[in-house]
Amino acid sequence: MPVDCAFQTSIERISILDEHGVYDEQLGEGLIPDSDVVALYRHMTMCRHFDEIAFKLQRSGRMGTYPQNKGQEAASLGAAYALEDKDWLVTCYRENAGLFWRGVDPEKILLHWMGDERGNHIPVRATPLAIPIGTQMLHATGLAWASKYRGDGGISCTFFGDGATSEGDFHEAMNFAANLDLPVVFVCQNNSWAISVPTRIQCSAPTIAQRGLAYGMHSVQVDGNDIFAMVKVVREAAERARCDNRPTFIEAVTYRLGDHTTADDASRYRDPEEVKEWEARDPMIRLRNWLEQRDLWNENQEQAQRIEDEATVSAIVKRAEEIDPPTTDDIFNWMYAETPKVLETQRQTLRTSSIGQGFDGT
Amino acid sequence: MANLTLVQAINQALLQEMEKDDRVLLLGEDIGSNGGVFRVTEGLHERFGGDRVVDTPLAESGIIGTSIGLAMGGLRPVPEIQFEGFLGPAYDQLCTHAGRMRSRTRAGLTVPMTVRVPVGGGIHAPELHSDSPEAIYSHNPGIKVVMPASPYDAKGLLISAIRDPDPVIFFEPKRIYRAFREEVPEEEYTIPIGKARVAREGNEITMVSWGASVVQCMNAIEESGRDIELVDLRTINPLDMDTIATSVRKTGRAIIVHEAPSNCGVGAELSARIMEQCFLHLEAPVQRVTGFDTLMPYYKLELEYLPDAERIGKAIVETAAY
Repeated sequence: MPVDCAFQTSIERISILDEHGVYDEQLGEGLIPDSDVVALYRHMTMCRHFDEIAFKLQRSGRMGTYPQNKGQEAASLGAAYALEDKDWLVTCYRENAGLFWRGVDPEKILLHWMGDERGNHIPVRATPLAIPIGTQMLHATGLAWASKYRGDGGISCTFFGDGATSEGDFHEAMNFAANLDLPVVFVCQNNSWAISVPTRIQCSAPTIAQRGLAYGMHSVQVDGNDIFAMVKVVREAAERARCDNRPTFIEAVTYRLGDHTTADDASRYRDPEEVKEWEARDPMIRLRNWLEQRDLWNENQEQAQRIEDEATVSAIVKRAEEIDPPTTDDIFNWMYAETPKVLETQRQTLRTSSIGQGFDGT
Repeated sequence: MANLTLVQAINQALLQEMEKDDRVLLLGEDIGSNGGVFRVTEGLHERFGGDRVVDTPLAESGIIGTSIGLAMGGLRPVPEIQFEGFLGPAYDQLCTHAGRMRSRTRAGLTVPMTVRVPVGGGIHAPELHSDSPEAIYSHNPGIKVVMPASPYDAKGLLISAIRDPDPVIFFEPKRIYRAFREEVPEEEYTIPIGKARVAREGNEITMVSWGASVVQCMNAIEESGRDIELVDLRTINPLDMDTIATSVRKTGRAIIVHEAPSNCGVGAELSARIMEQCFLHLEAPVQRVTGFDTLMPYYKLELEYLPDAERIGKAIVETAAY
């Protein structure tokens, strides 16, 4: 036969708890113990409150530019819940919920946006927020490679947006991970917008997920606002990585309910009707309803939680704001393990010499 | 002690460090069973296997980006970029991540990685196989830049680079990969990064150079018959200004020689620093003999572009007479 089919496939879309509150008992069977669902919901409320307060800190001049996470809590939290402490979380900047679950002190995230590098010193297996788009996927691939090489049983899970899938490093990371058999879970948070540019300009295929197929890796689309579905697909991807050293590409369909950052005004380019539709798909609304239907949560607990979150976040802000200011020495002292003499001279003379170069005039 | 070429000295350094430390692994294009396009990694794939000498997909940003991850994950990757002309795609990973990670994480994560890159002209190579981009990477804080000028230095500097806790770009001047041999000790030894070498002592003029140009300088000095001190930088970032300033204060005259264009080149930085630190000792303007501020020409004209003994000789005459 002169014309044959060389390859044919399809992309699965996984949803367990949908936006209407319909829960797939079969897929959800034994997925997350009830007590953990409560803990995950409580964690999300804290993260949402943290996000609101961080926004207010910027607006009141107490913090620099901040990217709101609102609406995307389920995607990174579901992934972090499904992973182990020995696994690397290699994030972008809208994964507060997952990072906090892993044990990153929320104060660190505030410090980062307050312009203080100490916010990036993280004593768990998580890399600091990645500001350039898409570059961190290669680090996740290398970290996974190191885990495999050392045989420590760890894997990497990296997060990025739909815009990042246009970057060359996305391609190179996917290609390295697939061809060198590296244990990486790629989680694309497709939140519909890369600042003002819609996903259609990043990808004209019906799904972003199908890009993963081109690299020969298992690829799936998931409702990113459904924490149950996130846990399921990341757990399966983690097992595929841990047992078979094969990467997975997950397209988590979600939505950025806030502006890109506090420096952005999304009303300039986004239809308010679209935002309203997605507000109804908020991951926290459906999760709260699910809990209340099962008598695992009620209004009194919600109110008590709110009070607890306010106290928690208030203490976090206090710690971040009360830290001793960094010194000018810190500009120089961390550049190299051993500070070269050229930097020593600049450090010592930055206030005494007009050129800061140790001009000796001899 | 054996008489080795620069390629053989590098190969020996890689082999010995890999034997000593199983965190060291090599990755790059064609470095496995092919032994690299210059055969620098010859025999290492057979000796250490495909897990430690890894042929990667053809992607420079990918090679450096994954090396950063490997290094943050506790290993000592030694990636090879096949030619300096192809280092560009990895610029972003080098400068926005490798050089920044220690400082931005306050040493929570570090990148002990050695990027090996053949550099420079003079071997009749195709377009983009003959450039000298050392200034570009020296301008970016956090990355050390090293370029040996002899087999002995290549081995000692490479071992230091691999053991260094910070990212190092190790430029290998391909023009002298096999141009001459030198006695190289069999055992391991290190040459400190950040220290220049006085390759030849003299009192009349200080000449500063690095890489393959050091050979051209030596030829020019010998032809001139003058009493010239030659400083081989060895490390381009961080600069060893003490050695240079000590020499210039003695001679009062300085000539800087490099293959790269003069505009914003390392020679410009050296010239400024010599002015700052030796102003009252200078008897003549600091002179530069460099590539032109043009593209590196195709190889029919490359010897017209590269500083040679004749051009350096003219600079010697002019500087001495000033």
